[in-house]
Amino acid sequence: MEVDKKDENESESSEQVVNPWEVSAKDGGKIDYDKLIDKFGCQRLDESLIDRVQRLTSRQPHVFLRRGVFFAHRDFNEILDAYEKGDKFYLYTGRGPSSEALHLGHLIPFMFTKYLQEAFKVPLVIQLTDDEKCMWKNLSVEESQRLARENAKDIIACGFDVTKTFIFSDFDYVGGAFYKNMVKVSKCVTLNKAMGIFGFSGEDHIGKLSFPPVQAVPSFPSSFPHLFPGKDNLRCLIPCAIDQDPYFRMTRDVAPRLGYSKPALIESSFFPALQGENGKMSASDPNSAIYVTDTAKDIKNKINKYAFSGGQDSVEKHRELGANLEVDIPVKYLSFFLEDDSELEHIKKEYGEGRMLTGEVKKKLTEVLTEMVERHRRSRAAVTDEMVDAFMAVRPLPSMFE
Amino acid sequence: MGFSKDQLLNRLQELEIDYTKYEHPPVLTVEAQAKYVSSSEGALSKNLFFKDKKHRYYIVSAMVDTKVDMKVLSQRLGLGKGGIRMAPEEALTQLLQVSLECVTPFAVVNESARDVSLLLDQNFKNQKRCIFHPLSNEVSVSLNTSGLDKFLKSIERDPVYVDLEANPAVGKDQPPDLAVYVPSNSVVIPEISNETSTKQTPPPKSVSAEVKPVASAKPSKPATKGKSVVVEKSTPLAFKNPEKFVEEIMDKTSALLLSEAKVENVEALAETLRKRLTSELTHLAIMYKNTAYTEGFHAGKHSQPKRL
Repeated sequence: MEVDKKDENESESSEQVVNPWEVSAKDGGKIDYDKLIDKFGCQRLDESLIDRVQRLTSRQPHVFLRRGVFFAHRDFNEILDAYEKGDKFYLYTGRGPSSEALHLGHLIPFMFTKYLQEAFKVPLVIQLTDDEKCMWKNLSVEESQRLARENAKDIIACGFDVTKTFIFSDFDYVGGAFYKNMVKVSKCVTLNKAMGIFGFSGEDHIGKLSFPPVQAVPSFPSSFPHLFPGKDNLRCLIPCAIDQDPYFRMTRDVAPRLGYSKPALIESSFFPALQGENGKMSASDPNSAIYVTDTAKDIKNKINKYAFSGGQDSVEKHRELGANLEVDIPVKYLSFFLEDDSELEHIKKEYGEGRMLTGEVKKKLTEVLTEMVERHRRSRAAVTDEMVDAFMAVRPLPSMFE
Repeated sequence: MGFSKDQLLNRLQELEIDYTKYEHPPVLTVEAQAKYVSSSEGALSKNLFFKDKKHRYYIVSAMVDTKVDMKVLSQRLGLGKGGIRMAPEEALTQLLQVSLECVTPFAVVNESARDVSLLLDQNFKNQKRCIFHPLSNEVSVSLNTSGLDKFLKSIERDPVYVDLEANPAVGKDQPPDLAVYVPSNSVVIPEISNETSTKQTPPPKSVSAEVKPVASAKPSKPATKGKSVVVEKSTPLAFKNPEKFVEEIMDKTSALLLSEAKVENVEALAETLRKRLTSELTHLAIMYKNTAYTEGFHAGKHSQPKRL
């Protein structure tokens, strides 16, 4: 995440900061999601919407929905209304390829998007913002393109269907209809507005200023004439982490002026670092997260040594008081990745009331994560350069709604 | 056949590259070479030929006293700490078409070396002239780096000069600085590589002994059991080969069936199987589909138009 001048001002007012380049809680505490929803103006994803998803898709809602990982939205109910009437939509998500090493937090939006693709049977476009990373992280063009391709392999390994998925990198794809939309969007956003939304200043180079339209236009089907010819009214649903909201607030503001539908959003909370909510998950600290390249041994070690425990200091105290589930990382991680609701409830109850010890919970987490990472690694090994080429080829997807 | 020394020297002359030729008895080492070509003529070079675990090859040409640390180089290339080693002699003769003692930047003139990456010592640029073997260990030529560059450009190679002694930190936020010089294609040398070229084609009636461990060595464990996981080393053929695919499904299903055998009610058992296996098997099926599509995509790209 880029740290720009904005955070100097923010920390003075000790407010929490959430934008595409920085996420930090107030006074080193936890992110207040209610405040965030209020401030951004999006909606809470409530039970009734989740039930509706279950009815419409005839399958159990994804674990991230059930556990409130994806907790906020804009216009998701409208998407469901249209879907019920038989009007489909397409999915749009992306990744900024800043590093080769992906950790579990990075995979979350992709795991959820894969579920959405399968459950609703809709196509998906995935944007790799190699240009953004080239500009913000000062990578060379070649390096950012290389990272984009490497990240594409991990993304494909999440299990996307090649007959319904188009992956593109900005350096490869920007141009043509896509660029025309970029210009249309740019014309609708003044410099002042951009500086207000994104915190740009006179010191930032103009590349950064002109980037937001690149992330905005995949929300419009006319940006992909090879995929959605003649379907200008096709709606778009964007699963993303909530820190990306500013881009899409801008996009939703501009869309009606261009005669386009506003994209809908479904947003997730942040994945905590191993050291706890207050810790920062940092690419330079390998022990702050579980990486998809970690071995079973690494995972076991990291969880045992670094996962912040809400258990008490001594066994006796623990049996008496139980664990503090609010801050316990293993339980938090399990709530993300343990599929079985009743099993999770059981663990929370036993651990919270002191009958189960931290060691057991960590052991369970190690099992769950090891299986996940193993499965990912196996799939990743099957992704060849040719497969990446296939996903990234500008080709029609005739069975995209089947 | 590979370029000969004379062909190379003729090419240098055609390109009007200024060089000086020294003939001497065959030399096997830099020390021996130094006896016949004094350092006043130019800087002697040591030339190393490496390969990485994915069968990609590199020539590193450096000043004799430049320290070349293979571990550092490997990291800077993004190959991890022990990612490169000296290439075997067969690779030398097949790819570079020179003998063991005369690895040289000039070897990239051969078509067979088109995927070999060439990294040159930055320190060469400070020298008036540098000395390399022109594809023979009975001759040495000294030339200026601009001459070498001109030659490389004439065979459509971008000269790459690197500070070989630099040891920049390589981490999650600092990408390996030389990774961009890793060749995009790996090279198969017959007799050396045991299975993989970049396009993997599984033998249709595959040797079960070799492949079976891939499909069944990993005990499919239901989430509640705490068995240890076997790490797969080779690309799963279950995604390409229908028989292996079905075998994988049967393995997972029967493993789950056996572990849940204590459940008396058959309907409940069927329900459990469905619940536990659906997502995993769907994932398997998607990878299978993607692999098949990719093979079709490849075929489409390379298919020839109908002859009229």
